[in-house]
Amino acid sequence: MTVDWSWIRDHTDDLTTLTLAHLQAALSAVALGLLISLPLAVVAHRIRPLRGLLLGLSNVLFTIPSIAVFVLLLPVSGLTRTTTVIGLTIYTLVVLLRNTVEGLDSVPAKTKEAAKAMGTRPLRTLLTVELPLALPVIMAGVRIATVMSISLVSVATYIGDGGLGQLFTDGFQRNFPTPVIVGVVLTLLLALVADALLVTLQYVLTPWTRRRRSA
Amino acid sequence: MYELFKDLGAWLVSGDQWTGPDGIGHRLVEHLQYSLLATLVAAAIALPVGLLIGHTGRGAFVAINLASFGRALPTVGLVVLVFLASGLSMWPVYIALVALAVPSIVTNTYAGMTAVDPEVRDAARGQGMRAHQVLLQVELPLALPLIMTGLRLALIQVVATATIAAYVSFGGLGRYVFDGLAQRDLVQVLGGAVLVAVVAVVLDLALAGLQRALFRHRPSPQA
Repeated sequence: MTVDWSWIRDHTDDLTTLTLAHLQAALSAVALGLLISLPLAVVAHRIRPLRGLLLGLSNVLFTIPSIAVFVLLLPVSGLTRTTTVIGLTIYTLVVLLRNTVEGLDSVPAKTKEAAKAMGTRPLRTLLTVELPLALPVIMAGVRIATVMSISLVSVATYIGDGGLGQLFTDGFQRNFPTPVIVGVVLTLLLALVADALLVTLQYVLTPWTRRRRSA
Repeated sequence: MYELFKDLGAWLVSGDQWTGPDGIGHRLVEHLQYSLLATLVAAAIALPVGLLIGHTGRGAFVAINLASFGRALPTVGLVVLVFLASGLSMWPVYIALVALAVPSIVTNTYAGMTAVDPEVRDAARGQGMRAHQVLLQVELPLALPLIMTGLRLALIQVVATATIAAYVSFGGLGRYVFDGLAQRDLVQVLGGAVLVAVVAVVLDLALAGLQRALFRHRPSPQA
């Protein structure tokens, strides 16, 4: 199985477009997932009875195969980018919700009590004490969700919008391996780069964890 | 929307739909066969590797990175690639499914092994247990809950992905999804998707039940 390099040269524009579309779908899903899971995680963290329900529900959603999720959304949002993003968002939820709740749980009770004793209001405590301290665990979830989403976008190719996944269909239909190889390599690269960037972001955002590690 | 659900219901309960070589019964058996065989092969490969890495502490780097590599690998691309390389056979599907399941099992097995209290391990050694006895009689039982979690995760992923077999012209429940998409028959597409989802959820619940029955006396580290 050899790579036809001239095909790559002739299709750099298409590849750029597909890569950007791919990235856009994956990142929108993670951003939406965060937007939904953050408030839900705070609720699950504070109100114990809701915790099992929310986490259980997200686990069940995760069990449903991705292609089934995309397909089941067809009557709702049709063969569009929206379907792809909603489907991927559902997938990010389980990881993001679980990690955010775990992150909030990992904040020592004494730290919260100290904030309370200093007269900090609950919302302010959440934003300036709890969430920053929970950040390493939340970021671990964001990394998993991002890598997973980037890989899953190509499943949406069956419903007409799969970013780099279209290269798989193309190569399959023409019995031509080059686009498939390029698609797999680009997807892996994209995931790798996104993951590395997130590690860097976390390094910048949580200076206190560095000190602890070096000690 | 209501009409669609009514048609979907009718499609699912229709008697003809369940019999014959194109029937749901046969497709269900195919789907289960692909999924279970792939998961078993993956477990046979991944369990020893995960146990060895966890027991010796060597190759932890591999175990950790394997997880994110497994998550990043686009399965559709992998199936098509192996398909183009090997021609029309079930090989591509099985290879892709096994490749998909191995990382989850290896990393969870490794995680389970590292979660074993080192003092317990030392105590076992102090009592004169040999390496393989420590591994099989102490570490493995303690790591089992997390190992089961890995197997469940792998099985769900495999059941979901076995749908792709139909994409490269094999059977399984994916048949309805892809045939339906080709024929613009939304009811059939949805029917296939619902069936795959139900199979995934039921198998996961069954394994969860098995896990609970096996480890009734031990708290699961990951509830």
